[in-house]
Parts: sequence; structure tokens; C-alpha cells
Amino acid sequence: MNENDLQEFSLQLLRSGDRAEVARLVDAYSTKIYRLALKMLSNPQDAEDVLQNTFLKAMQALPKFEGRSSLSTWLYRIAVNEALMTIRRAKPEVDITLKNGENEDTDDDLLLTSFTDWCCLPEGELMSSEAQNHLDKAIHKLPEKLRIVFILRDLEGLSIRETSETLELTETAIKTRLLRARLKLREMLSAYYGERLGQEKI
Amino acid sequence: MRNDINCDAFLEELSDYVDGVLGDTLCKEIERHIEDCGNCRVVVDTLKKTIYLYHETAAQTLIPAEVRERLFHRLSLEDFIQEEK
Ligand SMILES: [Zn+2]
Repeated sequence: MNENDLQEFSLQLLRSGDRAEVARLVDAYSTKIYRLALKMLSNPQDAEDVLQNTFLKAMQALPKFEGRSSLSTWLYRIAVNEALMTIRRAKPEVDITLKNGENEDTDDDLLLTSFTDWCCLPEGELMSSEAQNHLDKAIHKLPEKLRIVFILRDLEGLSIRETSETLELTETAIKTRLLRARLKLREMLSAYYGERLGQEKI
Repeated sequence: MRNDINCDAFLEELSDYVDGVLGDTLCKEIERHIEDCGNCRVVVDTLKKTIYLYHETAAQTLIPAEVRERLFHRLSLEDFIQEEK
């Protein structure tokens, strides 16, 4: 992950609307933004809309960009908001409040129910297309507020601090949500790969 | 000083441990704990693997060429479409 985007891009050129510099920025971030949206929404069309709207808004706002946060954090924040708006439009009833909730720790217990060691499965089996499908499904089963933290931290490779700046949440809240997300995914993967392991031994 | 960590306390430190950002003392305590506690060892190993697998799939998820092309059109940057290295 690139942390020196401020050195890499000329803010002055970006602010003045230099099209070549903007094109470079788009190329540096389009895969990241598209991937975030795709994993968040599980729908390529929605992901593409989020991608386009993110850069449209960014281009509009660039002349006023002050550089108080890094370009990367700023772009991710626009993208996250776009993705959340898409979710809200489709499921208005869903609670996606990302802010620190009072009941952060009480909504469910940290779960550890599976102790099957499936690490020894061959890489081909761990990464088969069926397995990758399952990985995507598992991510989608996470509540949105956990899913976004996991995507930023573990898929996009942001640090805890960058994730906290992007979502405007405390680092403590990020850590709590990250642990929950990781443990839930581990459980889901253990169920899936545990079954594969069982079949292999027969 | 043998300040043994238990399974619950282990869970608290788990994320920092797999991210490699835990202080030396706690790190050693965890390592001592998972030497004796089979379940926690499996949790560490499978959690590391879980994160690794997601990391791998993310690395394989790239923007499709036609999506990039439509993006450049939408942003009126079509004259830069060829420039991608
Ligand atoms: Zn234990």
C-alpha cells in the first residue's frame, strides 16, 4: 500500500484541474476503489456506479482539497460514503450507523466455536474458484459496519490509523470491529474448509 | 515472573498478535499459552490463514479493462485511456 501519495501527486496540479495528473490519480486508485465497492456491495454494476461517482465527486472537490487528510484517506472516505448510500437506497431498514455505538461490545459475544485445523489443506483447494466464491459470500454475511472495517484494513491494507481516519471512528472502535469481523469470518471459513477436510480424509 | 495468560485474555490480544504489533512481553505470553493450549493454537493458525486468503483474493481483484474505459469516458478523460502501463 502506498503511503506517500502526497509526494507522488502534485496537489497543485490536481487542484488546478490538470487532466493528466487527474488521470494518473484515477489509475492509481481505480482498482482500489472498485474492489472496495465490489466487496462491499457484491454487485458489479453497483460497484461501477460507486467507482464513477467517487471520482466525479473527487474531481469536483479537488480544487478545494486542503490536504488535511491524505489523498488516499480522502478518496476512500468518498467511496465509503457512496457505497453506504447505495446500501441505504436498497435496504433503508438496515442499520449501518458507522458511528461509535454505546452497545459496541454487547450485540453479540466474540465467538469461538470451531477448532478444526484446516490450514493444511492444499493451496489449490483453499483458493479454488468455489472457495473464493465462498470467501465472498462470507464477507457479505458480515454486518455492514464490520464489513467495511475488514475491507479497508485486511483487503485494502490500510493501517488501523488510516482506517480510523477514513471512517472517522476511534482506533479502539476500529480494533474492536476488526477483531469481530475476523473472528466471524474465521468461523465461517472453518465451517466450509472443515467440511472439505472431512471429505479429504474419507 | 510467570504471568500466565488465559484463553479469554488471549482473545483480546489476538488481532494485535497476528498483525505482529504486540509488545514483546505479551507476545511471549501468548506464545507460551498456545504451546500448551491446542484450541488457541488452532485459532491463531486459522485466523492467520483466513486473513491471508482474503489478502490473496483481493490481490486478484483488479478493475476490468472495460470498466476502466467507461470510467475514463465518464470523467471526460478519454484521451488518457491508452496511458495505463
Ligand atoms: Zn487457550
